[in-house]
Amino acid sequence: MKNRFLKATFAIVLIGAYFVSCKPKNTSDVAVGDAAQRVYVAPGKYDEFYNFVSGGFSGQMSIYGLPSGRMLKVIPIFSQDPESGWGYSEETKPMLNTSEGYIPWDDQHHLELSQTNGEVDGRWIFANANNTPRIARVDLKRFKTAEILELPNSAGNHSSPFITENTEYVVAGTRFGVPGDYEDGDVPINTYKKNFKAHISFIKVDKESGEMDLSFQLRLPGVNFDLSHAGKGKSHGWFFFTCYNSELANTLLEVNASQNDKDFIMAVNWKKAEEYIKAGKGKIEKARYAHNTWDDETHTGKSVIKEEVLVLDATALKDIVYLMPCPKSPHGCDVDPTGEYIVGSGKLAALIPVFSYTKMLAAIDKKDFEGDYEGIPVLKYNSVLHGEVQKPGLGPLHTEFDGKGNAYSTMFVSSEVVKWDIKTLKVLDRHPTYYSPGHLSIPGGDSKKPFGKYMVVYNKITKDRYLPTGPELTQSAQLFDISGDKMQLLLDYPTIGEPHYAQSAPADLIRNNGQLKIYDIKKNNHPRVSKGEKDTKVVREGNKVHVYMTMIRSHFAPDNIEGIKVGDEVYFHVTNLEQDWDVPHGFSIRRANAAELLIMPGETSTLYWKPTKVGIVPFYCTDFCSALHQEMSGYLRVSPAGSNVPISYSLGTNLPASSK
Amino acid sequence: MNKLSLLVVVFVLFLSCGKSKSESGEDFSAPAASEESAATDASSYDPNRGEGKHSNIELGAALDGAMASKGEEVAGVKCTSCHKMTDERLVGPGWKGVTERKKPEWIMNFITNPDPMIDKDPELQAQLELCLVRMPNQSLNDTEAREILEFMRKNDGVK
Repeated sequence: MKNRFLKATFAIVLIGAYFVSCKPKNTSDVAVGDAAQRVYVAPGKYDEFYNFVSGGFSGQMSIYGLPSGRMLKVIPIFSQDPESGWGYSEETKPMLNTSEGYIPWDDQHHLELSQTNGEVDGRWIFANANNTPRIARVDLKRFKTAEILELPNSAGNHSSPFITENTEYVVAGTRFGVPGDYEDGDVPINTYKKNFKAHISFIKVDKESGEMDLSFQLRLPGVNFDLSHAGKGKSHGWFFFTCYNSELANTLLEVNASQNDKDFIMAVNWKKAEEYIKAGKGKIEKARYAHNTWDDETHTGKSVIKEEVLVLDATALKDIVYLMPCPKSPHGCDVDPTGEYIVGSGKLAALIPVFSYTKMLAAIDKKDFEGDYEGIPVLKYNSVLHGEVQKPGLGPLHTEFDGKGNAYSTMFVSSEVVKWDIKTLKVLDRHPTYYSPGHLSIPGGDSKKPFGKYMVVYNKITKDRYLPTGPELTQSAQLFDISGDKMQLLLDYPTIGEPHYAQSAPADLIRNNGQLKIYDIKKNNHPRVSKGEKDTKVVREGNKVHVYMTMIRSHFAPDNIEGIKVGDEVYFHVTNLEQDWDVPHGFSIRRANAAELLIMPGETSTLYWKPTKVGIVPFYCTDFCSALHQEMSGYLRVSPAGSNVPISYSLGTNLPASSK
Repeated sequence: MNKLSLLVVVFVLFLSCGKSKSESGEDFSAPAASEESAATDASSYDPNRGEGKHSNIELGAALDGAMASKGEEVAGVKCTSCHKMTDERLVGPGWKGVTERKKPEWIMNFITNPDPMIDKDPELQAQLELCLVRMPNQSLNDTEAREILEFMRKNDGVK
């Protein structure tokens, strides 16, 4: 008996040891011991940083707190959002308008916080749409998309929306070369080399309002622009872009665009471009692109189609662009906080080249060219190179900085993040990530002033990191503490869509930026606002019926409506009369072919509804607003087309008829 | 046998870590959390003045008609969705007679600072049990609040 017990115990221990030794090393083995304490934000306490994360194929932007990894909000930008009514309400539809009409979705890759003197200033955050090229500006006082600008002559708006150090410009480089919109695009695809061009957009940002204006575009050979970053400090006035497909291939790019040992980092002297424009060297070309702006006082978006764009031919005009050879199909293009070092991450290379701005200027001065590429001077690799990080890992993609002389690069293929010294180019530390990291983000990590305490790495593959959820898994962010010599993994947290780039800012910078709590009802200039129940009414104009409605805890005015007929087009213009923080109301009506309206205090929003069936249709408030929220409802009577039931509406007077 | 007793001891240790409600002496009849100001002391609350920045409101002997009509306008946007001018309750109580029952300071404080007062004022708590909707903070500025007070006086027959 005792013997058998011992044997069994021994066997269990052995099997246990087998499992422990064979189990691949995972995060639970490598997280530091007091990690839980370091990411714990007690109930009622706030996080240290706002973390703005691109939503990838969700088209939106999500916001998390760091270090907790708690999600705070998703801001709808490029995709319809039934939760808030974005893209469904009449007021928000113009925000998703383009030169080819309303587009309900996009793929949102990169974000950039506005900067003043190269430091994050907490005013706006810019977002790119990759599929239908657009740039958005989100206002961080309202946490709402304030503006969306479409880009002509572009396709695959990947190399964006990166900014200059005083937010003078947002740039947007096209990933796909295509014939310009001002040319005949009906050409054979295999005439790529001749007919396909790449355009880089420079969008001017108004200092006060933030409003964007497409200032000019640079016309370039049809390489694929991948990523970019502006020079800063000493290199302010320059912009750097990675380009791949210097082979100008138009099929099987996987192979055909990976032939050359080196592609390029393109340096753009945008101050020089401004001089050429002043000298009248630009050419106004025909184009069609939408410029959509949101007005906070009418609570309404407006879409204007613009028809011209100023184009500068960067190949014909000298001294605007130079190419630095960069191995091999470079992806990330990152400039260190001093503005001296430009890091190109050649995703197919086994090293990371670091270029020197000072050397680049000297080489341009000496005309130290190895030749030209499609008419653009190519600088000699060794003349512009600061040095190479040897054996950093496999598949380097992106680099961020801690402001203490260190760089951190993600390695997609070898699934790790690597810390290295910018000056000596020595690898200092490496840490596995789970799995296959794309972008990484350090608060302020691409500005002059990084807040080098945390680093978040965004992984493309999640596999076994969380409870499984069928074939489709979430993406995964991993939080590291980078305040010491060694990177310490603290936390995994799942994210929506597919995060690409992210930005973070100290919490106080954003929360003390003059954030709005309500919209002042006195300033509501919506043309169909109801400022109080006395203004509510139902007005028939032919087959269109306008319902002017208010909402307050916890009733609608009016809440009994009759005289609507099948075939009518009904517009509910609903005003939330509340003036207290955190009291939105929702509005929904049965079988409406739209989403709800979610209406903030002091805001007016409009739902379009076309009744198709005779009967009584209830409507109700969707956002739990008070103990009497369930009572916040109403009825609308739909009569047959041609009925002579007159329009009538009431609140609290149309009492139930007596049963006798 | 020894192992078993050790297990029992460990188990008991775990159990004793949780504090039972009866021992903790907490009072579960009061709400666990309120939106604001739970920390301030309810015993210092002045039920005549209420709580807020208004302490001495000078009322004119006669009605300021212009001020009262401005008040009516503001009330139309921010108040009358829930309050009638009679003594009939809609969402909240009717306004008839309020300036006779309540001091002007109390009215001004309540309409500009409702949440802390609802938490402390015994009469407001009784009212909340009837109405079940906390009066919202409608972000009235001092001028608007004073104008509404004048409109309430007009409604109560001050000439």
